[in-house]
Amino acid sequence: MSAEEAPAQGATPGERVAIGISFGNSNSSIAVTSFDDKAEVIANEDGDRQIPTIISYVDGEEYNGQQAKQQLIRNYKNTVAYFRDYLGQDFKSIDPTHSHASAHPQEHDSTVAFTIQDKEEGEPSTVTVSEIATRHLRRLKQSASDYTGKQVNSAVITIPTNFSEKQKAALTKAATHAGLEVLQLIHEPVAALLAYDARPESKVADKNVVVADLGGTRSDVAVIASRGGIYTILATAHDYEYAGVHLDKVLQDHFAKDFIKWHGTDPREDQRSMAKLKLESEATKKALSIGTNANFSVESLAEGADYASTINRLRYETIARKVLDGFNRLIEGVVKKAGLDVLEIDEVILSGGTSHTPKIAKNFAAIFPESTNILAPSTTPTAINPSELQARGAALQASLIQEYESEDIDQSTHPAVTTVKHLTNAVGVLSITGDESKDCVPARRTIHINVPKEGGDVLVKIVEGGSHIKVTKEEPAKTNGNKDDDSDEDSDDEPEERREKIWKVGKVLAEASVKDTKKGGKVEVMINVAGDLAVTVTAREVGAKGGVRGTLSAP
Amino acid sequence: MATHANVSLPLPVLPEGWSGEKDFKAIGSISAATQRTIEPVGPHFLAHARRARHKRTFSEDDRIQAQENAKKVEDDDSGEISEPEDPSMLLRDAKDWKQQDHYAVLGLSKYRYKATEDQIKRAHRKKVLKHHPDKRAAAGGTEDDSFFKCIQKATEVLLDPIKRRQFDSVDERADVEPPSKKAAKDGKYYKLWSAVFKAEGRFSKVQPVPKFGDEKSTKEEVDAFYNFFYNFDSWRSFEYQDEDVPDDNENRDQKRHMERKNNNARKKKKTEDSARLRKLVDDAMAGDARIKQFRQEANASKNKKKLDKEQAERDAKEAKEKEKAKAEQDKKDAEEKAKAERESTKKSKEQAKAAVKKNRRVMKGSVKDANYFVDGEAPASAINAVLADVELIQGKIDADETAELADKLRDLKLAADIKKVWTAEAKRLVDGSKIKQSDIQALA
Repeated sequence: MSAEEAPAQGATPGERVAIGISFGNSNSSIAVTSFDDKAEVIANEDGDRQIPTIISYVDGEEYNGQQAKQQLIRNYKNTVAYFRDYLGQDFKSIDPTHSHASAHPQEHDSTVAFTIQDKEEGEPSTVTVSEIATRHLRRLKQSASDYTGKQVNSAVITIPTNFSEKQKAALTKAATHAGLEVLQLIHEPVAALLAYDARPESKVADKNVVVADLGGTRSDVAVIASRGGIYTILATAHDYEYAGVHLDKVLQDHFAKDFIKWHGTDPREDQRSMAKLKLESEATKKALSIGTNANFSVESLAEGADYASTINRLRYETIARKVLDGFNRLIEGVVKKAGLDVLEIDEVILSGGTSHTPKIAKNFAAIFPESTNILAPSTTPTAINPSELQARGAALQASLIQEYESEDIDQSTHPAVTTVKHLTNAVGVLSITGDESKDCVPARRTIHINVPKEGGDVLVKIVEGGSHIKVTKEEPAKTNGNKDDDSDEDSDDEPEERREKIWKVGKVLAEASVKDTKKGGKVEVMINVAGDLAVTVTAREVGAKGGVRGTLSAP
Repeated sequence: MATHANVSLPLPVLPEGWSGEKDFKAIGSISAATQRTIEPVGPHFLAHARRARHKRTFSEDDRIQAQENAKKVEDDDSGEISEPEDPSMLLRDAKDWKQQDHYAVLGLSKYRYKATEDQIKRAHRKKVLKHHPDKRAAAGGTEDDSFFKCIQKATEVLLDPIKRRQFDSVDERADVEPPSKKAAKDGKYYKLWSAVFKAEGRFSKVQPVPKFGDEKSTKEEVDAFYNFFYNFDSWRSFEYQDEDVPDDNENRDQKRHMERKNNNARKKKKTEDSARLRKLVDDAMAGDARIKQFRQEANASKNKKKLDKEQAERDAKEAKEKEKAKAEQDKKDAEEKAKAERESTKKSKEQAKAAVKKNRRVMKGSVKDANYFVDGEAPASAINAVLADVELIQGKIDADETAELADKLRDLKLAADIKKVWTAEAKRLVDGSKIKQSDIQALA
């Protein structure tokens, strides 16, 4: 490890061995694609698929992952944790809260550094956050190389949507120093969405997706429009108040209070007791995501007193309600920010470790209509493990682009290619939508429509449309006369609102006629919107020759 | 992009009296769009990027992609196994398979050790389709299946990595003969030797093998090439040329004897092969103009260093001598100058002395001319007093003052004038307290 590896640059596409890395504040994971293009999250040498983003030094020896996490109790001064967000930032703009129980960040030449004893002897050295990230990535790379048996030399790394250019540059630099060529940095929510869309059973469809990435120290929510497999982020929200550590804190406080009742001392006041409490709370939280009961037991929690207790899920959900409600508000806020209604959301993807909590998924299911698909382990049995989504998505993207020259990748991700016009309104055949709004142009959609039973000439009317939310108030059912029934207390409530999404026909764009259609035939209408918003419409009967073709000039 | 949505709702019937040019009526255009950034992720984005960068429309892109895919299939099929079959090869007996050229049997002789496993499989299939005994029988030929057996044997050898390596080891048809000195002369040296070492490099355990290069190669490249071939790690082995070991259990000694013999033969051949390669590299190096050129360049640079050093030494010596000569000259000049100065000062001193003497004479003469300031015959006491005063004054004034006083006295004839000058002088000296008033006897 001590030997400095030469920065990997410009490996030819044929020699690339690429992996996907999800580099989080709390945990990182690595994924590879197997021969049949299936992404797989791989375990490190300790058998962990979620590798804590922690590096620790004991007598000059480097530990990472779970082993380093254990060092938070005994050796917190030489343990660096939660450093991802410090990358590329100056000292003034970082929030060092989470590093209170580990090595403290310091200001160092306009960047952030840690003073740790990383050698066996001598003075503690000052290591920049960039160097820490490099060491961490090097360990991840080593784990992946050991697993695949090939020297890994390139990676796609996921980043939050609000990473600045400076942070991206810092991450790229750290990865390059670790001997990894960064093929692309992709946004975490998009990686999660890609992981779902790449499943063989999923179809390309036009949909609006909310990706809730609930992590250890922060929660990020994004609304993404997926149109013909192309993704556009409509809105994002970032929250540092409602995240996994806050759920841990609820449990910590709960058990600490219980401990005080028995022993009279507060374990939160001692550094070592606090670290033990923290680790065990996290374990209990994870256990509660799987079972309805969980044990909490720490040996020698404070002043030599052991502590053991149990908690059930219901109690946990009650005491954690404040935090859990925070997630709901977060997700409602971001849907509003995107200018959409919950009815217009087709899918909610829960990603990140905190998404295992069943209550969160249940809460989300209550917010969105029944038609919305909530992809979380507790609501959908086929859901992918939320902790693995991002790494999988990154690995898939890596397998897609690894055979391209890095120059090609740069050019393709250039704003000239990625910034395109998006339709404001949907375009479609009368009363039936074709293109969705927010579709990026150029776009093409084909629809098959039945003709009337007897065939003959038909009219194809191309219109613009907009969805809107229709609210109807239903009167409480009084008419059936059994008012005295003990049945429902609900009927006393105010009239229930029924909300539905309907399409409104807007501007008529064009009309076309398809003549002499056969009985029981179908008409194929192809609408093609070019980059300059010129529209080409082709209508023909399926299986017949000819057809009608017309063009609308650009506005 | 063949996906399409299916809608079961029927289309409306064309209303009466609807008409449009070519059955199409444009009515409006779509609303203005908003700019957004799409995420550069996923297979569909790659398609979008391809379209955007090459400025293709959907249908163009579909067509080009389809063409590319179709082309791939064609590529797979073409470009091999179309070699004509040598009629004598078709008559081979499968029993002496050790002598047969497996690559030629499968029609892969232009690929040889470079043939991929896939190519071998497909070549085999193609040959089987043609030479299967049933096919021959159907074509009215004999039921001779010896060539078919050759094909099977060739495939067996070439598809087994170990056997294939053994065969490749002794496959001399893939060797390239080293060029003769004459052939290598007309500027083809690098080209010809490149081919030799390219073929030789196939035996290397370390891949890739450095290239022989050409006249433009740098010294590092050339050195790396020769170092590589002088330390060549070869996988070449000679099991393929073993004599058959009797397979019966009857004679164990005989079997062991044969095995030993084979082993020794292998070792011997391996050593010979190493020696052969070494000689090959020696030959190539001996004729390599680049080596000579590099040596000359190295010598030139070495000599240059030496010459530079000598020149510097010479220069330093010259400068030193020059300095020394200059110092001597300076010393001499200084001495001469000092001497001249000494002489000139001596002269001027003497002149000054003479002038003072003369002036003193003038002074004494002036008092004598004034008859010692007495009328008539001067008594001896008056003469003494005046002369004592004159001498006193003379002793107190320097040469310049003497000259000045002498000038004043020289042209005076009247005793009163002379006395006036003398008394003035005496008074000046008394005022300057050079002499005391009481010392003056006559000239007060």
